[in-house]
Amino acid sequence: MLKQVEGSWAVAEAIALCRPEVICAYPITPQTHIVEGLGELVKSGVLAGCEFINVESEFAALSVAIGSSAAGARTYTATSSQGLLFMAEAVYNAAGLGLPIVMTIGNRAIGAPINIWNDHSDSMSMRDAGWIQLFAETNQEALDLHIQAFRLAEELSCPVMVCMDGFILTHAYDRVDIPTQGQVDAFLPPFEPRQILDPAEPVSIGAMVGPEAFTEVRYLAHHKQLRALSLIPQLSDAFRAQFGRASGGLIRPYRTADAETIVVALGSVNGTVQEVVDDMRADGVAIGSVSICSFRPFPLLALRETLQHAKRVVVLEKCLAVGLGGIVSDGVRKSLSGIQLNGYTVIAGLGGRAITRSSLRQLFEDAGADELEQVTFLDLNADVVAHELEREALARRTGPTAEAILRRLGTVGSRIG
Amino acid sequence: MFQVRIHGRGGQGVVSGAELLSVAAFLEGRYAQAFPSFGSERMGAPVMAFCRIDDKEIRLREPVMEPDALIIQDSTLLHQVDLFKGLHAVGLILINSTRSFAELGLAEFADDSRHYRLCRVPATELAQKHVGRPVPNAALLGGFAAVSGEIRLESVVAAIRSKFPGKIAEGNVLAATEAYALARKSREAIHA
Amino acid sequence: MRNLKFPDAATPPMQSVKFYQTGTFTVGNRLLAEDERSVQANMERTNSLNSGHRACQGCGEALGARYAIDAAMRAAANQVIAVNATGCLEVFSTPYPETSWQIPWIHSLFGNAAAVASGVAAAMHVKGRTDVRVVAQGGDGGTTDIGFGCLSGMFERNDDVLYICYDNEAYMNTGVQRSSATPPAARTATTMAVGREPGNVFGTGKNVPLIAMAHQIPYVATASVANLRDLEFKVTKAMGIHGARYVHIHVPCPLGWGSAPADTIKVARLAVESGLFPLFEAEHGDITGRTKLRRPVPVTEYLQLQKRFAHLFGTKPDKARLDAIQAIADRNIARFGLLENA
Repeated sequence: MLKQVEGSWAVAEAIALCRPEVICAYPITPQTHIVEGLGELVKSGVLAGCEFINVESEFAALSVAIGSSAAGARTYTATSSQGLLFMAEAVYNAAGLGLPIVMTIGNRAIGAPINIWNDHSDSMSMRDAGWIQLFAETNQEALDLHIQAFRLAEELSCPVMVCMDGFILTHAYDRVDIPTQGQVDAFLPPFEPRQILDPAEPVSIGAMVGPEAFTEVRYLAHHKQLRALSLIPQLSDAFRAQFGRASGGLIRPYRTADAETIVVALGSVNGTVQEVVDDMRADGVAIGSVSICSFRPFPLLALRETLQHAKRVVVLEKCLAVGLGGIVSDGVRKSLSGIQLNGYTVIAGLGGRAITRSSLRQLFEDAGADELEQVTFLDLNADVVAHELEREALARRTGPTAEAILRRLGTVGSRIG
Repeated sequence: MFQVRIHGRGGQGVVSGAELLSVAAFLEGRYAQAFPSFGSERMGAPVMAFCRIDDKEIRLREPVMEPDALIIQDSTLLHQVDLFKGLHAVGLILINSTRSFAELGLAEFADDSRHYRLCRVPATELAQKHVGRPVPNAALLGGFAAVSGEIRLESVVAAIRSKFPGKIAEGNVLAATEAYALARKSREAIHA
Repeated sequence: MRNLKFPDAATPPMQSVKFYQTGTFTVGNRLLAEDERSVQANMERTNSLNSGHRACQGCGEALGARYAIDAAMRAAANQVIAVNATGCLEVFSTPYPETSWQIPWIHSLFGNAAAVASGVAAAMHVKGRTDVRVVAQGGDGGTTDIGFGCLSGMFERNDDVLYICYDNEAYMNTGVQRSSATPPAARTATTMAVGREPGNVFGTGKNVPLIAMAHQIPYVATASVANLRDLEFKVTKAMGIHGARYVHIHVPCPLGWGSAPADTIKVARLAVESGLFPLFEAEHGDITGRTKLRRPVPVTEYLQLQKRFAHLFGTKPDKARLDAIQAIADRNIARFGLLENA
């Protein structure tokens, strides 16, 4: 059914349709509206057969999820940014134990400095924990991916993170198609755990494993994600067959067939990128883009096939490997192993800075002329940076950097972009 | 694509206004995207919200940089914040005020009717009268429906009823309807 | 019974023998009615924590866990799921690929046993499995320190979990480091018996049973491996209640305390009888029962058996600190009303 609702609410409705049995979450901007929506659905009785637990921290949230999932209940939680870090130990634990928990990440920057706005640093911090990481481009895809995520998680016995841009998607009103209960039931069978805490058949879960077996356990986790490389496209196809629209999958190429320049990005920025691609194509530029939906497992082969004939690849990232440059770029470069082409990393949108059509147009034109640095920070305020460096060179006790920059910017009132 | 930028202060329903507009467009079978600006969200601070309306799926995710219409919910923002940045030629400026454009210090816009369509609605007063609360967003949308040519009053009314409960909805509907009538009259006056 | 002396005489009428002090070891289990015998005396006991685990000789925790979990199982008709924090119990009971647990058991992390247990309980509730009960267990480290936040959250929500803390007063599994349950003056690897204030500093530490009571949960109790019948009784009682429950068991660690493995129960008994470890029960924040002491024992009798307090003795005993520890015991006795005739 078509609705015009906030992205968070659409996601809440989709999760409710998946018949979760335990929902436990701790509030953090910008995930709050999703959990509040689910809380309302449970409390009002619309979502029956579900326990909604208000926990005292994110660490508790994922721990409660671990317990309930191990006891055979379909379990869901959500977090962002600092919250994801606070539960980091449990994130690795859930993956290591092979529990099919589904968690939404309302992507938000990680402090310090504290920042509530969107970027991908939170999901990236947990990229090697063993969770599957799917990135939604639109609110429609966000709600669709949660439905696919439960089935994916339960088939593999592996937890899944569905990542959606905080504020940009979570707090945006969009037109979405919410499936019916019947459609979801036909796609998502009841949870059949691979392991379960059951007095009728006692098992011990969570043993200490030494050098003699640890490598094999980890290898199998890796193998499981490699299997996901086939399963994710299959589920996307099955989803299309059941719901009538394309959603998910590993990557989504856009006008890449004869492209000389290809832009790679994750999440909602792809929409703006596609607009710019269309504008430039209309001007005769051979440019295309690829949206990566499955970041873990990383789609090395699929990317290679799409990118290999281009002259240059621009990886547009909302995250930063401090001291190195790009994170997504690393994966893209790996996928192009042995192939010689120009690769550019562009760090953009950190801490919620808007990525504008006009900035992207200029950026892509510079890339096309191969006039880009290896690593570019889009829309960096060079004056502010220069001033701060100068200031720091003058004395030792220069005070906190962030505050100094804010003072210089004189941040009051609203700014566009 | 038609792009709207709404300016106001925290607590005035700026975000709700954008959402309402998107629902109204949806009810006409169109695509719409509404989202807030992401500044400090404390009461009284300047805030912005955006709404895009189109007949096909909206992919763009940047803030509205080049609005086709500006809705200014709080005239105290004038001369304080650069409200008019990026406003399109032949842009619509809809302002919530009882004072004229000249009195607001916006004579330059009033004089240049080739490039700017102006509309003034005493939305806060209408809201106070019909709803009992000084939240001008719904009334302003009535005015918007009258002068933008983008949305029908019926759709705005339906959107209000879908979002607000009973009496509050009806109060807002009355405010929006009266704003619509006022805006149409003043528009006719300009073109007379 | 046949009269052996006068085989042809009529058998005198049977006289039932009244046993006193049946709650202690004075009367052997086999002389009691079946339902009064301890769980461990029962051939049908579940052996939830089975033999073959790798605990040290004389481990108080292994003893306590065996008694506690079997009691929980009997009370719950063998429908128990256990959640274990990282620590000695978890490590010595599950040396991969073996496990000595015969019940469903999960170990997640060090600090989240209470939260994981809340999750298991939620799953059981949503699935309508009202017959299945959840027990969380952890050492003092995992309970009073790193697990404290999750514990408080579980208490506050009144989740249907019995949390059992095995308190051996330090982080034993990692090499005897100080925890917030470590008593004053005790030597640990991070509170060495050197300098101006040898051993753990006075004026620190927290009393989790009292904190549990402050949450006003349905049941809180302290217990000791010195009185295993009492321990079983308290666990059984806890299992008859729904909501958040907390049982804090004092378990000597011969390795960490520097006591003889054969002295574990004796040392535990002296802790109780000196007043340093009071045994009591509380419901919804009010004390409802305590084990009285007929004859309090000077703390020195308890401390002298443990090398972790050796620096207080020797040629020049540390009178000031010994007096301070005695004062703690005296305060407990007064505060909890532990004297027989009080």
